[in-house]
Amino acid sequence: MRGEVVIAGIGHTAYGKLPGRSPTSMNVEAVRLALVDAGVEKDAVDAVFVKYPTSQHISMYGQVVAEALGLHPRIGGVWDQGGATNISMITFAAMAVLNGQCEVAVVTTADNPRTGTRQAYERGWGDDAVFGWFGTPAGYAMIARRHMEEFGTTHEQLGEIAVAARGHGAANGDAQLRLPLTLEQFAESRPVVDPFCRDDCCLISDGGAAVVVMSRERAAQLAVPAPVPILGLGQGQTSWDVPLRPTLTETAAASAARTAFAMAGMGPGDIDVAQLYDCFTITVLMTLEDYGFCPKGQGGPFVAGGNLQLGGELPVNTSGGLLSETGMPGMQLVLESVRQMRGTSTSQVPDASTCIVSNQGGIMHTHSTMIVGQL
Amino acid sequence: MTAVPLPEVTPLTEPYWSGLAEGELRFQRCGSCGNAWLPARDACPRCLAPEPLWERAGGRGRIISWVVYHLAVHEAFADRVPYNVAIVELDEGPRLITNIEVPESVLSIELPVELHIVDEGGVAIPRFSPAAVG
Repeated sequence: MRGEVVIAGIGHTAYGKLPGRSPTSMNVEAVRLALVDAGVEKDAVDAVFVKYPTSQHISMYGQVVAEALGLHPRIGGVWDQGGATNISMITFAAMAVLNGQCEVAVVTTADNPRTGTRQAYERGWGDDAVFGWFGTPAGYAMIARRHMEEFGTTHEQLGEIAVAARGHGAANGDAQLRLPLTLEQFAESRPVVDPFCRDDCCLISDGGAAVVVMSRERAAQLAVPAPVPILGLGQGQTSWDVPLRPTLTETAAASAARTAFAMAGMGPGDIDVAQLYDCFTITVLMTLEDYGFCPKGQGGPFVAGGNLQLGGELPVNTSGGLLSETGMPGMQLVLESVRQMRGTSTSQVPDASTCIVSNQGGIMHTHSTMIVGQL
Repeated sequence: MTAVPLPEVTPLTEPYWSGLAEGELRFQRCGSCGNAWLPARDACPRCLAPEPLWERAGGRGRIISWVVYHLAVHEAFADRVPYNVAIVELDEGPRLITNIEVPESVLSIELPVELHIVDEGGVAIPRFSPAAVG
């Protein structure tokens, strides 16, 4: 499968507060722009893969979006792995393309938790709400604390991740938050759920984003101007909820990356730039470890000294990620990987020819990995 | 003031909550493979055998991790911030979410703790405090 499927086009709405926009209307806009970018007519599309909107469950949502797009897919539907969904849907679309189930797939996501409801991110965890156990940030904070205690990871090292993302976001005209951050400002950021302060936590955003997926051969037939080949794909999951997870400091990123690197015939040393899911700073640090960019427990020293910034050893989240571009769960990272391979990022890594992207969901429950690159 | 959200007692979880009301912390053990766990399930998540047994915990454990809320996500906890929530692993193996009844500066991973059942809105819940030495 390596290199046989391409991302042919990318599109996204504005990011931030989009009052009055429904997830469906944002999906339609994102798909329209992705098709324009690919230079492909809508009628060529025969598959529609849709991430369910986290903040509101809508039954048969894949069909709702397909109807709004005026399409009658041969294959598709709605998928739910939380934030791992988008790369996972690209994986299923790629497999469908290569196995004769469809020719041109759109993969799309949209949600409006900023102006709509944030209830999905703030709910109590079942009967444990009696202990004050609420919300997504605290689950990640629980993992971060264990990592800090076990390996000596410091809050300042987590700050390096936020500083890199915010610097890249400031350079991105489409980013929701264009405010650079220093380590000193990070240290003074308001505590939210210790060990996290506000600047450890992603934005909350309205918006939509989509990609067009097809075979390399079909892209050539359709004269797609700037297709980016997919070199590796992989997924991994743990089912244990945070309180029950035997080892809090290891994640399914390791198994997802093993599969993706094996498919690509590559290792961490072959990667020029990375887009790593940064719902919280700790997520990036542990993904770097589980992907093999550094040994387990050494994520703190690895990110220190500006190593993730443009010009560092491994530039990460070059459009700002969830911490600065948009809190959208994952598709913006896919779009930025395509821009890096096209040479059109606002924080372009010179001569970058490979990019790894992570998506992950729940509280490090699900993980999906994609490697793109020029063949 | 908004009330703290209380557990929803179901036929599955009733032995757990009634045990606490009677002064003991219970967990489930598989009669087939010996696996032990919380929270309550209908079947063993290791061997899938049905009808697990309830067993009394000794009440000792250790801290796996903890967080400190500085902002109350739920308004019932607004006058309690900062407050901690911790994961404790019982000596018998099961893990649970709880609060540790000490100042946050005392907390550390692997700290031995012991059970302290307290009343919260009329429901007996399991909290922990640092274990007495010896």
